[in-house]
Amino acid sequence: MTMFKGAGRLSRRGFLGAGAGAAALAAGLRPAHAAGLTVGFIYVGPKDDFGYNQAHAEGAAAVKAMAGVTVIEEENVAETVDVQKSMESMIQFDGASLLFPTSFGYFDPHILALAPKHPDVRFQHAGGLWSAEKHPANVGSYFGYIGMGQYLNGVVAGHMSKTKKLGFVAAKPIPQVLMNINSFLLGARSVDPSITCQVIFTGEWSLAVKEAEATNALIDQGADVITAHVDGPKVTMETAAGRGAWVCGYHADQTALAPEKYLTGAEWNWPVVYTRMAQTMLDGGTIDNFVRGGLADDFIKMSPLGPAVTDAARAQFEATKAEIMKGGFAAIKGPLMSNTGAVVAAAGEAFEETDVRLESMDYLVEGVIGATS
Amino acid sequence: MSETDLGLWGVPLAMLAGAIRVSTPFLFVSLGECLTERSGRINLGLEGTLVFGAMAGYAIAYETGSPWLGVLAAAVCGAGFGLAHGAMCSLARVNDIAIGIALMLLGMGLAFFFGKPYVQPVAPDLPSIPFGFWSDIPQLRAALDVNALFLVGVALALAMAWMFRATRIGLVIRATGDGAEAARALGVDPVRVRTLATAAGGALAGVGGAYLSLYYPGSWNEGISSGQGLMAVALVIFARWKPVNCLWAALLFGGAGALGPALQSVGVTGGYYLFYAAPYVLTLGLLIAASSPSRALAGAPAALGFNR
Repeated sequence: MTMFKGAGRLSRRGFLGAGAGAAALAAGLRPAHAAGLTVGFIYVGPKDDFGYNQAHAEGAAAVKAMAGVTVIEEENVAETVDVQKSMESMIQFDGASLLFPTSFGYFDPHILALAPKHPDVRFQHAGGLWSAEKHPANVGSYFGYIGMGQYLNGVVAGHMSKTKKLGFVAAKPIPQVLMNINSFLLGARSVDPSITCQVIFTGEWSLAVKEAEATNALIDQGADVITAHVDGPKVTMETAAGRGAWVCGYHADQTALAPEKYLTGAEWNWPVVYTRMAQTMLDGGTIDNFVRGGLADDFIKMSPLGPAVTDAARAQFEATKAEIMKGGFAAIKGPLMSNTGAVVAAAGEAFEETDVRLESMDYLVEGVIGATS
Repeated sequence: MSETDLGLWGVPLAMLAGAIRVSTPFLFVSLGECLTERSGRINLGLEGTLVFGAMAGYAIAYETGSPWLGVLAAAVCGAGFGLAHGAMCSLARVNDIAIGIALMLLGMGLAFFFGKPYVQPVAPDLPSIPFGFWSDIPQLRAALDVNALFLVGVALALAMAWMFRATRIGLVIRATGDGAEAARALGVDPVRVRTLATAAGGALAGVGGAYLSLYYPGSWNEGISSGQGLMAVALVIFARWKPVNCLWAALLFGGAGALGPALQSVGVTGGYYLFYAAPYVLTLGLLIAASSPSRALAGAPAALGFNR
């Protein structure tokens, strides 16, 4: 029992936890596949934020509906030692054997610190880059090619924009965000190569007033289709629609926030992914350590097209979507330059959606107005 | 939407628009704190009051369908927090700073607790007045869409300045701020004056919060405030306890805060973290420029103890 190791360090709490864990074991809660599975979900923000956390919470709700599964959830857990305490208590007190600490910053050092102490608990993390040499075997990372969803957003945006200027409210210049910005523009440029996309970085995942200011500034500069990559795109969607711009959603379906102005949106499809993973555990199997998937694998999906989307836009959207569903689609393909003049892809070179090099993206492509630092 | 290309004019326009849009919470909270501090107490808890006001305003506006009832509810809740602060500080040997910090955390905790069911619903927004109707430029029209609460705030700043200068109530508050003895000499109970001034200050902070959730950015969630309530308390010192200066300080802060996004939107993309620090750098710079090694802090109510 490795949990007794923690008892000394965590004093009373750990001691109690070890006791509870032992009781749970005696009651036959483990091994998991014998008598049910307890799954813990941890979110960095509120789970009804119309965004990142809501997308994960919808996945949790689907897992909760499975027979033989108990789901525990905790919201507003900071990316600090707090998340270690939350995970520890889910393991010790609730007997969780599958954990989904969903925020990016939970991975290193928090999950990596806790995983070796609980080798019989599975830690599943969204977006982390798990590697066999560096990381424990009971940690897995999974993610979806949501850049393809932003590419499809861009296709519709390219048709709908009159000013040929798009706007992107972004949190931080990390690879996943840059991939979304680049994909959004390249999707639009597949419609009209003269389109540009202005990006504004707010510097934080959730900063309501700054997101509203950024949205207004983009629209003041003539952008007429707005999308975002922040934790909760609610403020951006409402502000942009209020100014009369079109909006493309992200993370979750935001149609309800701007029914007339919403074009489509790139959404996570975590219910499908999480029920699959929980089922694997229930069946006594092992989840792969490194899981990726796209539209075809049901990792991501698109919001229903809004009422304003034109027939031409709809046709190209459906055609491009069918193309992506076939697999092997490359948004980043040569000849392509970055917006600082460096070669991103030479003529004939293509980075397919599955290309792991895309996960260390550090550039914005030509046509994006903005800088990575 | 329009094709009007503003180019670099977008920056001053965004700062003007930002000054009007972003300044209102700063204005209300700093006016509230100004009133409280002039009576000789410091309420550091206004950040919590602001967040609770934002939640209460949003919830009531959603439930009743009237954003103005939401503003009223925020003011009542804010007054409640102020009254709690004032009442507790009236007890012997209770420190107003400590109580303020405790109430700040309490206000935020309660707001998150009660606000949970209201993160998702969409409440009606406060209306704005289109002062830009004369212009053909849509960006200018958008910038001059001024919320009524901003105008109320401006009127309040002027009225409060007049009150301190020319009315008996103002005299009583100022005298209380100079010391309990001065108040007693005027025949008033300093504890009562301070408690009422703190309650009124709390009500204003609550209204500032309602502006955040009901107009700009116009949505309730747990991250709605980015420290406006804390900064506004600092702005009072910056404004030397003068209500009209609070107005300028709030406008300056709002305008400087719009600088970062506006510069990125015209293509000045490097160093945005630095531009985001502009309001704080500006405040520090002005405070240093206005300070003097040989002179006491001008305008500080004596009972606050700044000049001891």
